Amino acid sequence: MKNTVLLGAMAAAGLAAGAAGAATLDDVKARGTLNCGVTTGLAGFAAPDANGVWQGFDVGVCRAVAAAVLGDPMAVEFVPTTGQTRFTALASGEIDMLARNTTWTFSRDNDLKFEFVGINYYDGQGFMTPKELGVSSAKELDGATVCIQTGTTTELNLADFFRVNNIDYEPVPIETNAEAQQQYLAGACDVYTTDASGLAATRATFEDPSAHVILPEIISKEPLGPLVRHGDNEWGDIVRWTLNALIAAEEYGVTSANINELSAEPTDNPEVNRLLGTEGELGSMIGLEADWAKRAILAGGNYGELFEKNIGENTPIGLSRGLNAQWTDGGLMYSPPFR
Amino acid sequence: MATMTDPPEQSFRLSQLIYDTRYRSLTIQVVAMILLALALSWLVSNTVQNLAALGKDFDFGFLWQPSGYDINQRLVEYDSQSTHGRAALVGILNTILVAILGCSLATVLGVIAGVLRLSNNWLVSRLMAVYVEGFRNVPLLLWIVLIFALMTEATPQPRAFRADDGPSMLMGESVAVTNRGVYIPNLVFTRSLGGNEVAAPEPEEEEPTSSGLSGTYGGSRISTGGSGVSTGQSSDASDSSGDGAAASGEGEVVPTSSGWDWLLILGVLFAGIAGARYVSKKATEKQEATGKRPTTAPIQAGLILIPLIAVLVILGAQLNKPVLGGFNFDGGLHLRNSLIALWLALSLYTGAFIAEIVRGGILAINKGQTEAAYALGLRPGTTMNLVILPQALRVIIPPLISQYLNLTKNSSLAIAVGYMDARSTLGGITINQTGRELEGMLLLGLFYLVLSLVISSFMNIYNATVKLKER
Repeated sequence: MKNTVLLGAMAAAGLAAGAAGAATLDDVKARGTLNCGVTTGLAGFAAPDANGVWQGFDVGVCRAVAAAVLGDPMAVEFVPTTGQTRFTALASGEIDMLARNTTWTFSRDNDLKFEFVGINYYDGQGFMTPKELGVSSAKELDGATVCIQTGTTTELNLADFFRVNNIDYEPVPIETNAEAQQQYLAGACDVYTTDASGLAATRATFEDPSAHVILPEIISKEPLGPLVRHGDNEWGDIVRWTLNALIAAEEYGVTSANINELSAEPTDNPEVNRLLGTEGELGSMIGLEADWAKRAILAGGNYGELFEKNIGENTPIGLSRGLNAQWTDGGLMYSPPFR
Repeated sequence: MATMTDPPEQSFRLSQLIYDTRYRSLTIQVVAMILLALALSWLVSNTVQNLAALGKDFDFGFLWQPSGYDINQRLVEYDSQSTHGRAALVGILNTILVAILGCSLATVLGVIAGVLRLSNNWLVSRLMAVYVEGFRNVPLLLWIVLIFALMTEATPQPRAFRADDGPSMLMGESVAVTNRGVYIPNLVFTRSLGGNEVAAPEPEEEEPTSSGLSGTYGGSRISTGGSGVSTGQSSDASDSSGDGAAASGEGEVVPTSSGWDWLLILGVLFAGIAGARYVSKKATEKQEATGKRPTTAPIQAGLILIPLIAVLVILGAQLNKPVLGGFNFDGGLHLRNSLIALWLALSLYTGAFIAEIVRGGILAINKGQTEAAYALGLRPGTTMNLVILPQALRVIIPPLISQYLNLTKNSSLAIAVGYMDARSTLGGITINQTGRELEGMLLLGLFYLVLSLVISSFMNIYNATVKLKER
């Protein structure tokens, strides 16, 4: 008798485990919070502020998705992940989505079975060295000791770059950005390499940022974006179109300042009306309420507002829009139409 | 007699399986076995289901694909074009290296601390008590990180050596302690068994490709002409090889070292030690027969040293001192901070446990043994070495095996300081780049299992030689 109960329980557990990961949207709604994987701390992109509240550019994407799905931008459980733990955390279902400046690559999309839903930052790998070394090009780094975050694409790019240029280096593998910063400042490595945005963010937190230079070489393409697991297309669509809504909102001039006014009644611009749910049925098509996009934009502002607030030129990180400007301004940010 | 009947034939009933003591234990074992098998099969089928749900297969093919990443400390030749399997091997060798170094130092520290903790000298025994309690009551990870941080923050950068008032190299300009590690001279050979390259007189010369035991700087490097950053070692190597080199004329022999050289040296060394032990055995036999022990020390020293020196001369050995090059010291042997921090922390931590085991082993020997030895006129040191420790060993060895296994497995904390052990290569970067978590973790578990079994079987063999022999 007892055995039957045990076996039954085992079978049920097996089935439950097998079914897990199917309907992420239902799981998130039932839980009431969104589990979002972020970095362990990178100023401007994802880091807790003095009150312990997570802030940043990647954090903004998580909050927008939580606002769209649950109606509350604060209903996010942030799970700090390192370069090594992030994919396992996502594949195992520990987190519902990963917004951790992760590069979209072929093998991650196909071999690791993830779904990149878009690109929220176009980046490239760069090098930072102390100014006193007098290095002006990455090709002069023969024999240098290079600090690198392990488990990243930068690790592979670095190996390729030095092999192609036939120069030698000593890699120092490091788990988190904070440790890398400490090692670099202590002089345990001559060079720190990661995405150029990450270098700028790290340098901004130094006591004397002007004593360090970012070398001109950008040795790779690093399109960074949020990602979800393969196989749950509905959930993937929600994250994808939440990101697109933020980008489209900037293009159409919808900001957190004027959004209440614009969504009060249908405007002259049908595209804005469809985005904000005052016209059409886009909300029900994606399985959310009609004002999902409005809530997402209200969470932290549109894409441009998020950028300016967290990493823009008026912040200590001071990144210019560059490739990340709207396509109408000569950048690559381009949302498919809301129709 | 014919009237005697057989005992009544008992028919087997199912209830006997539970109520009959003859069958009950068997029944319980069979049921337990079935339950275990069911649990295992559930685990496996659950894994298979979940892998299928994720659309992943179970395949070890990734081990033969190029890894694409570099590893700083490598005992065998490896570069980013080598396979993931090769990367795993590099990591495995690094794990074994730190395990051997750690076990050796931990044993030395543990035995010294354990014996001294029993010292009659109040200060010495209290100091050892502080060491033991301090190290075994604080988590190992903390010690690793602390030692690493100390070495990184408290030692100078390599470029600080360039300044006139900066730090200078120790021991006759041959050892440099920097925040990237300790650079010490290593042996190189002008007539290496692995073959020497002949350097062209031009400045664009290819450096020796080192492999084998000395291969902490592997791979060849071509100095980039006119970049302003010279590699340093190339000029030094060709300068110093002039006197020992047989070849002359258009080029000079670049001293190098290969695994074969070291294998030869180790072989000669072991042969010498075996010879010395044979001499000592003969001397003991003679002592037992005649009562006089012939002088053996010079013969033993000669047996070990003369062939060793001969081999070194034949190979043309010379010291390759580290020299400050572009960004770092070049040449010599680079003991990275990560290795040193991990090694010291593992040794100090495990040494504290071994000290307690040694102390327990010594205390397990009856005080009468010490008194008897004193009565025979032996001094305390001799008593400890010849009477107490040999008997204590049979108490010490079994728990010591566990400590060796602990140390070996604890070495997987290496990732905290970026030491590239098996956990960091196979269980870290490789898994991360290929997405083969299950396969990688299974392989990693298998490796630690095999390594632990090998260590404990060797230690068990040793244990069999020291344990109490009952005849």
